[in-house]
This record gives sequence, C-alpha cells and structure tokens, in this order.
Amino acid sequence: MAVKIKDELNVVGKSVLKVDGLSLACGKAKFVDDYELPECLVCKVMASPFAHARIKKIDKTRALQIPGVVEIITHEDIPRVPHTTAGQGYPEPSPYDTFTLDNKVRYVGDRVLAVAAETEEAALEALRVIEVEYEELEPVLSARDSMKEGAPVIHDEPEAHVIIPVPYEPERNLAAHVDFKIGDMEKGFAEADVVLEKEYETQYAQHCPMEPHIAATWLDENNRLVILTSTQVPFHVRRIVAERLQMPIGKVRVIKPRIGGGFGTKQEVLVEDVCAFLTLKTKRPVKYEMTRAEEFISSRTRHPQILNMKVGAKKDGTLTAISMKIIMNTGAYGSHALTVMCNSGSKILPMYNKVMNVDFCGDTVYTNMPVGGAYRGYGATQGAFAMEVIMDEIARELNMDPVEFRKINHIRSGEGSPVFAALGEGKAGVEQKIGSCGLDRCIERALEEFDWEGREERRKLAPPGKKRGFGMCILMQGSSIPEIDMGAASMKINEDGSFNLLVGATDLGTGSDTVLAQVAAEVLGISVDDFIVYSSDTDMTPFDVGAYASSTTYLSGYAVKNCAEKVKMQILKAAGDMLGVDPYDLTIENKKVTDMNGNSVTIAEVARRALYERDQHQIGAMASHITHKSPPPFAAHFVEVDVDENTGFAEVKKYVCTIDCGTAINPKLAEGQCEGAILNGISYALTEEYIFNKKGRMMNADFGSYKIFNTADLPEMKVILVPTYEETGPYGAKSVSEININGALPAISNAIFDAVGVRLRTAPFTGEKILMGMLGKNNGDPQVKPEEEAAAEEVPEENNAAEENNSNGNGVNNNNKNNGSENRKDKEGLSGEPASYGNYPAKKKKKR
Amino acid sequence: MIIQVKINGIDKEWDVDPGMILLDLLRDKGYKSIKRGCDEGYCGACTILLDGQAAKSCVMLAGQAHKRSITTVEGLGTMDEPHLLQKTFVEHGAVQCGYCIPGMLLSSKALLDENPNPTEDDVKEAIDGNLCRCTGYVKQIEAVLDTASIMRGEN
Repeated sequence: MAVKIKDELNVVGKSVLKVDGLSLACGKAKFVDDYELPECLVCKVMASPFAHARIKKIDKTRALQIPGVVEIITHEDIPRVPHTTAGQGYPEPSPYDTFTLDNKVRYVGDRVLAVAAETEEAALEALRVIEVEYEELEPVLSARDSMKEGAPVIHDEPEAHVIIPVPYEPERNLAAHVDFKIGDMEKGFAEADVVLEKEYETQYAQHCPMEPHIAATWLDENNRLVILTSTQVPFHVRRIVAERLQMPIGKVRVIKPRIGGGFGTKQEVLVEDVCAFLTLKTKRPVKYEMTRAEEFISSRTRHPQILNMKVGAKKDGTLTAISMKIIMNTGAYGSHALTVMCNSGSKILPMYNKVMNVDFCGDTVYTNMPVGGAYRGYGATQGAFAMEVIMDEIARELNMDPVEFRKINHIRSGEGSPVFAALGEGKAGVEQKIGSCGLDRCIERALEEFDWEGREERRKLAPPGKKRGFGMCILMQGSSIPEIDMGAASMKINEDGSFNLLVGATDLGTGSDTVLAQVAAEVLGISVDDFIVYSSDTDMTPFDVGAYASSTTYLSGYAVKNCAEKVKMQILKAAGDMLGVDPYDLTIENKKVTDMNGNSVTIAEVARRALYERDQHQIGAMASHITHKSPPPFAAHFVEVDVDENTGFAEVKKYVCTIDCGTAINPKLAEGQCEGAILNGISYALTEEYIFNKKGRMMNADFGSYKIFNTADLPEMKVILVPTYEETGPYGAKSVSEININGALPAISNAIFDAVGVRLRTAPFTGEKILMGMLGKNNGDPQVKPEEEAAAEEVPEENNAAEENNSNGNGVNNNNKNNGSENRKDKEGLSGEPASYGNYPAKKKKKR
Repeated sequence: MIIQVKINGIDKEWDVDPGMILLDLLRDKGYKSIKRGCDEGYCGACTILLDGQAAKSCVMLAGQAHKRSITTVEGLGTMDEPHLLQKTFVEHGAVQCGYCIPGMLLSSKALLDENPNPTEDDVKEAIDGNLCRCTGYVKQIEAVLDTASIMRGEN
C-alpha cells in the first residue's frame, strides 16, 4: 500500500507544548528520588584519598558495630568482573578496565568500598571509622607524563583488555590509538604559501546536571532485580549491570523515570552496580545518590586534549593540507577513550573537505586523574576549538576575512569527505555524501543578524577601558552512529482513539517524548494529546540504544514514523471494511478516516470495532530503524566580546547562532536545545576548569568555586533556525542537541584576539591569561609545560622549520614570510608552540 | 522538638530532630517538588518561599521555619488549575528537564509579588540564584516577563 505524501504538516514543525511540561512545572513529575521505597537503605561510597595506591587491608569491624549499618562491600565481597562504565552498544569500543570495586585505586575519588545503612548519618559514620590501609604508588598526573618511558603503569592488572580489535597497550598507559593518512602531506605542505603549526589545549569540565547521578534498586515479587535510575541508556544499563552481577539479562528490569539532565554523564553505568550488589546482599531496596562533590570528582568529565594542528594554504585561500594530532587524557579509566578522540577528527575534518591531504593521529592515555566520558559535543568540542582557531589564524595570515576564507573551503550538499569512511566509532566509518546542507544560508543569515559588516563601527562603541572584538566559527556534528545505533518504538490503540506510544528512546529533559509523539501524530492525523508516551522501561518499551550521539530525533524518530505507518495501514484496512471501500482510497486526518465521497469513520470508532465488535484484533505495531548515514547539522556562530584592559576579563556581549538542523520538529524545543548548549559552551570557554593540587585532588568541587553561568552572565543571545530537508530523516529532521556547545571556544578565542591581539590556545580564557598575554607574558598559564620538560624534548629534523617560525608566532613559509598587513600582532598567547611528539615520543636516541 | 508551620496555607505541627535540614524534612513530608541539587545553597533547586521570600531550604534547619509560612510549587497551582507562571513557563518552552523549575518558579513568584512591573534585569537578578544547565535561561526570562505583562492586563 503506497503511503500518500502529505503536502502540509499539521503537527510537525509546530511548537506544541511539551507533553510532560505542566507536570514538571507543577512539581508532580517524578524523578528517582521522588519515589518512596519502604525500608530503603542509604548507600554511601568511600572515595580514594590517593591518586594511585594499592589497598592492603580494609577493617570494617568497628563500622559494622554502628547501629543502623547493615552491609559493607569491598572488592573481597563481590566478583571481579572487568567491564567498561561507558554505556555504549555491544561490543563496546571502550576498554574493559574497570571493576565495581578493586584492590587498587587509580585516582582521587576512585571507589574503595560501599556501605548500606538505615540512615545517611549511620552510613557516613561507617565511612569515617572504616580503616583502610593503602600502599601509595607514584601517580601520573599529566598526559605527557603518562607517555614517558618508564612512567608508572596505571592498569597493571592482567584483566584489562579490549573486546574489539583496536590498539590497546595498557603497559604503556595507552588506552586508544587511531591514525590515518589521506593524500600526500609533504606535497600538500610544499604547495602551500602559508603553513601554520600550533598547539591547542582544552581542560577538564563537568556536565553539571542539576540532578546528580542517582539509582535505587530492589527485588520485586518474583525476585527480579529492578533498577530505577537516572540514565540516558536504560538498555545498556540492563546489559552491563547483568554482566557485572553475573545474572541473566532477563532477571533485570531498568526503569527510567524523569531525568534531571544528563549531557552525556548519564551515558555511564556508575551508580547502579553498587546499589544492585547491596540489594542482592541485603534483600532490601537501596538508594545511592551522588553528592555534588562526588559528581565533580568521581563521576565523569570532558576529556582534556592537547591538539597539534598543522595547516597549509595558498594565497588565494585554498587549503592544501591539514594535519591533526591529538593527545587525549582519559584519566584513570578508558570510558569513551577511543570514540571521543575519533570524533575530534571525524566531526571536524570533513568540514574542510576540499583538502586532499589530511592526516590524523590520536592517542588516548591513562593518567591518575578524573575519568573522562561522553559529554555533549563528544570530542567535536575539543576538535572544533583547534580547527576553527587555526582557520582564523590562517585567514589572518592570508589577510582574508575569516568568513570569506571559510566560504571558499567548507563542505556543501552533494559532497563527501574521505574522512567519513576513514574514521568510525571502533570500526571503519561509513562513507557518506552530504544531503541537506544549509551552511551557506546559515552564514548569510548570521552575517545579517550580527551585522558583521558594521563591526568596525561597533568596535568604536566599546565602553571606556574595554576593547571590543568579533569572532566567528562554523560547525558540523552528526546525527546518530550509522550502522551501529538502533531505535525502536511500539504503539497500540485504545477504545477512545488514543494510543500508547512506547519508546526505548530516553527523554532526559530534551523533549524527545514530545518530538516523537509529534512524528507519530503527523502520520496518523491526530494530535500529540492523543498519545500516552512512555519512556523508558526495559520490561515495557522496545529496545533503543538510548539518548546519545545526537540520535533520538533522527533515529528513534524514524522508528516511530515506521511504527505509526504500520498502525496507519491497520486503521485504514479496518476503516475500509467499515466504509466498504478500498483502503487505498482513504485518507486519515483530523482523527477521522474519510473516503472519496466524504463518508468517514472516526479513529475511535475504528478502535471500538477492532477491539469489541467485528474481526476483533489489537491495532498496534512495533518497528525499528537503523541509519546508514549520520547527516550533520550545520551551524555558524558569531560573537562579540569586550575585554577589560585592566583586568583582562572577557565578557561576551552578543552571541548569534544560526543552525541547520533540517526540519525542526518542534522549533521552540529546538531553540531551547541550542540556547542551553551555547551557554554551556560559553561557560566552558570562560570559567569552567578543574583546579588540582599536587597530589591530583580536584580542589573546586562545588558550584561556589566551579563557576557555571547563571542569568547574571547571560549575553544577548539569538538563535535562528535555518530549515533544510534531510531526505533520510523523519519529516526532514536532523539532530540539534550537541553541535552548538562547540562554537563558544573558538568563536570567543577568535574574538579576544580580534579585541586585544592575544591568541588564546589554552582554555578557559580567564582574565588572568588574557592579561598576561596583553602584557606579553606566557607564565599566566597554569598548564604551560614545565621548562625542563620542554627543553628535554627532542626536535626531529623535519620539524625544525616549524620550530624556527615559532619565534615570531607565525609559521609562514619562507617564500611568503609576511603579508605585512597584519594590524594585530600575535602576542603569542599561551603555549602555542608546536610539540615534537608523534604522538608518543620515539625511543630516545640522544642527539649530540 | 515540635515546630509549627503553615505550608501552602495549611497549618502543620511536626516533631523534628533539632539537627534536621529543612529540605530533608519537607521532602520527607511529601513535598517532592523541592529538589536537591547541591546541598550547599548554590544551585537553588531547593528554593521555597518563606514568608513570601525565596529561601534555599538545603542550608536551613527545620527549626528556622518554626511559626513561619512556607510555599512550595505544590501550593502554587495544580495541573488542573496551574498558576499563570507555571502555564507561561510551559508555553514559552522554558521547561526542559524541569529539575530546577520549581525553584525558579518560586523565585519568580517572589519577584512578581513584590514588583509587578519588572525589567529584564530585575528578572535576571531574581532568578540568578537558580542554576539551570539545560536552557540558557532565555525562555525562562521571557516567560516571567510575559507573566508580568499578562498579570498587568496587557496581554
């Protein structure tokens, strides 16, 4: 039966109200901690005070005598099952290097043991009196130290391994490695009139969902384990916890209620396992909620990266070669160690697809530091910073407008990039041609809205004591992981013509329950109110990989569409019987099915007939979807920044974002995704960072000293949706959730340079760093390499050219030393020197 | 110790431990709209109205509420009859995960009770103690300003 394509959309593209909005605004919607569980025990976890130590002995005798303390588990009490906490599809590309509890601790904040008690006070008292004897080991507290020959080995246990064939060498702290080469790099750089080589560095950051990680577990009346948890990945939680507990998957049920934000940190299976072990031991419900400090120290973070970029371009702006080398610090465990690093290339390099000479080399290394994980942007945030700043630097070298420079080089509809096939997620990527691409229009629209042409006039309007600057960048991301991710939905009709829509897709505040209902409503000619949406419960809803990789609208949305189409066919068939006409001649709209003569039956009448009256059957279906592409959304970000000449403090005054997310199924919710991502990005660019002491302890684990932006910091922000139609997406939709977190780092760095001539290559851009740059000093940067280390580095012959050029900060090739018209001298902000790794140091051959 | 409070217009008398935190007490008593985000007074998810003023219940002892009136979002409106602020927050798309929303609604109510004609800066100041990681605050500020103008009869 052919599906008639609708000319007009009734529900898709409309800002219908969020299906759970009012319940949330009335405080009724239930989060994990809002469920009352009788006889529930409180779980508290002891965190390691040492960055690297072996546990020699744990004495729990005194603690067990405390009234109210019910159970204490250590590594001696539970099976030792290597696994990854990364909530990825099976087989996970992250190494199996984690144990629920272990006899070794690998970072300050690592788990030592867990207590279950009647009250929080008793649990905390137990943690206070339990005696743990440690043997301290030498810690590794930077990525570069981790790569040195003879560095302490963080994963010396024999069980650490990978379950897919990817490079993994824990004996030298290597958690993941990828490299590829396309074309001829030497030739590419030789053809260039300008070659720049620069190093960029991004910092640790935390997702800061307002609701911390929390899970509650209990045994149901059939002795099955139930896990109520704040997660983005209920099905992965079920699989991974079952594996850790060595239980059949069928004995575990995972329920996801309302979630108080995730941003990637809840794509980790972090709290469910300890809770579950304690429930199995005590046969009682157990709840574990992380404190805010635990959230910072012991949950997951954005992986810090050091990115070495080398880019060549001709005078006319044509790029000739791009080299990207990344050292990524995954901390003590390799959660998302491979894939985040791959994404730093795969979501970034294709933007400049005209270049035929590209190389990429990424090494992810273990350190005794907080653990990286999935974080909105997923490596593209780090990669976009390096790429979009060096493009600005090169445009300035060529004396070109950075916008014009990008217009010459960016990818367009109908084009591909060899990088798509070269870089996948744990296996080869999937070749793809860009379908929809509204980037040109995004740029045009942003130029207009931002008044880029009028910026020299606006520069003069800066208040006294401030310098004003303007910066921009362009971005792309993806939508789902092609040929890996799967989403599914099921639907059934009720007597009144309402439908249950059950999705494994996980609404964590994003509004996906609403967006998915809109897709279904559009197919069936009904309204969102006609759906009872339920997400997610592994006993009830069909499988879905979960909310990550910008996949829900594009992937799960299509599964819902497939499902609704099946249901529609059943309704048309039943209605055709009722009306005595061929189902092909029927249309479904306004909750009715109508034939060519205008005779109609309501969907409710069809439902009643099917359920009670004639040819009884359940109208309903289940459908799934996988994707063969990961169509990128595109965006242009423009920013205006004022820098205080006395303090160096940078303030974002205006931020314009234009975004092509295909069809915005719900424009208001899509805008909300953009605004939230942008502010998170700005906050990361300007203030968010982890401060460590010499022993690797994070010192600012609270919102007082780890600053996330509030309303007082809000710039004028404008988000403009630039619609395109993506043929492979549901009603033309692509993703929107992640891309816009990536723009603030480069755009603001570029604007600061434009304002005061200081090139910030190390984030965050604090007043101190900017001021030090303005004063011509580099030592304001806490992350600058110690001098002896820099001096000890070998400089291979072929890198000497770059090294020479570093003296003036401009890696200009000999035949075009200086274009002369650079009005803002690069004061060589911070740590811009290219490194001489590749990425691991070669076995040392002392050069005399 | 016994404390007497008027909560959402109803008089209550509760026997509490002197060391008990107000947030814990209220959640124990079923006022689940009040959320725990940091336990340190920074994030504002636990905001209540205490005698009409926004206050962070995670850094108050239960005893400090003795003989005072408390408003929570349960007392602001219901799903059948929501308060205008609750309605406009939803209409403006100001609610994403919703965890910070009860606190933000109460801070907004405290503002509007005192100042029916707030400027954008007034709104920003009123809710600057309520952290939200989902939204970027744009739509929440719009919603509060829109509520104020509807209340003034302008919309």
